[in-house]
Amino acid sequence: MDELIKYGPDLWDGFLVNLQLSAICTILALILGTILVAMRVSPIPVLRASAATVVNVVRNTPLTLLLAFSALGLSDTMGLAFSEEPYDNAFWLVVMAMSVYAATFVCEALRAGINTVPMGQAEAARAVGLTFMQSLTLIILPQAFRAVVAPLGSVVIALIKNTTVAQAGGLLADSAFQMYDIFDTTGVSIPIFIGIVVAFMAVTLPIGWLSGWLAKRLAVVR
Amino acid sequence: MSNQASVLFDTPGPRARLRNNLYTLLTVVALLAVAWFVFSKLNEKNQFDGQIWAPFFEWNTWEQYLIPGVQGTLTAAALASVFALVFGSVFGLARLSDHKWISVPAGWVVEVFRAIPLLLLIFFIWFLAPEVGGPGDYGLVALVVGLTLYNGSVLAEVVRAGVRAVPKGQAEAAAAIGLRKSGVMRMILLPQALTAMMPAVVSQLVVLLKDTALGYIITYVDLLNMGFKILPSVHFGTKLVAAIFIGVFYIGLNMLLSWFAHWLEQRSRRSRKTAAKPVVVNTAGGGIP
Repeated sequence: MDELIKYGPDLWDGFLVNLQLSAICTILALILGTILVAMRVSPIPVLRASAATVVNVVRNTPLTLLLAFSALGLSDTMGLAFSEEPYDNAFWLVVMAMSVYAATFVCEALRAGINTVPMGQAEAARAVGLTFMQSLTLIILPQAFRAVVAPLGSVVIALIKNTTVAQAGGLLADSAFQMYDIFDTTGVSIPIFIGIVVAFMAVTLPIGWLSGWLAKRLAVVR
Repeated sequence: MSNQASVLFDTPGPRARLRNNLYTLLTVVALLAVAWFVFSKLNEKNQFDGQIWAPFFEWNTWEQYLIPGVQGTLTAAALASVFALVFGSVFGLARLSDHKWISVPAGWVVEVFRAIPLLLLIFFIWFLAPEVGGPGDYGLVALVVGLTLYNGSVLAEVVRAGVRAVPKGQAEAAAAIGLRKSGVMRMILLPQALTAMMPAVVSQLVVLLKDTALGYIITYVDLLNMGFKILPSVHFGTKLVAAIFIGVFYIGLNMLLSWFAHWLEQRSRRSRKTAAKPVVVNTAGGGIP
């Protein structure tokens, strides 16, 4: 227990990095995922094909590889930089890789949601003269979002848990890295491990309940 | 709606065709611009130099670095898959038990390991192992045990969902003809549940294979460590090419497995051997039904 109290502030700072990453990546992933799904169902074959390629490639790549690639490949080798400050640069590289990774799962969830919208809805939208973008944004996507609240909740939970991998992208600050650092210097400590796990569960469990509750509340009654 | 894409918009008339062609042209131009930008950047950083690509055309590089890396990754994936399937079957069935003193603890184990971020679990095992088992290299052990506990817990949920997906009448009919509980499970429920849960099992194995890349962080000698650390230390500047090779390996294998899962799902939907529908399980943990 002493170790947990001694290293508490460091671990808390690390955990805040996890929370920052989670919040920013969730927003970016939702936006990017919606754009990707719009491309995937669009009337233009080239857009459909490029979105499908991006989704299939990114989704089947391990997140660790994406992060290591953005740190070693894009940043070190190619000189891509978001900021002069090394910490900020690593932070935004990780944000980029994680958002793109999560966005592909958002896209797949939304596509499943679009499939739950009855054919008649799209046909009626066309019949009243809505264009593709109008029927997508006014009729199809609102119903699709409401159908996939629970799957989107698990995408967000998976994202929060995945922020622990940030160190593969060169961001040596999050709680997983802090734990690694402490274990490396003073040896393994069970209270520290349990402490961090509980902190993560304190975030993921309420999100799980919330999305379960929202899913029931928002479900489209057919 | 099966072919949603075509129902969202009308068959294009002359004006829409013109407009679509314009958008297609713009997209292609944009894609070409991106491709040219990437190419010129790569060229600027001399990534097309022969000396960077040369090592990948030598058998020596494959023999000493790439193939052992692939072996490392596949060893971890194979061991973890087998253990996770065993763990999943045991805990999935334990959670279905009628005895509270078996089902409740099994439920806790499954829920907890599903909710712990996998990397934290792997770190913990990695640092705990030397204190329990004496000094040594525990990279593979930590990776396999971590993957087993997490993916095994998800698979336990798949098993449970699979058995539950079999209509109640099947178990009742089996009990009515005098089978014991073990007989109902072994002869009636499991064979039908197996078909229903196969797609979800294969999908979870894709997740497991992807997660073997976490071995990179605990310096287990897998494909990522070979490609990003060990190989570039011998042949300078090969990181980008190594990344392409690793990417192709993972993406190819995962897509193959995903197609297999999809094929299994189609087959199990058509199957008349089972009364159960294919199951979907939330892999993230954390209270979502």
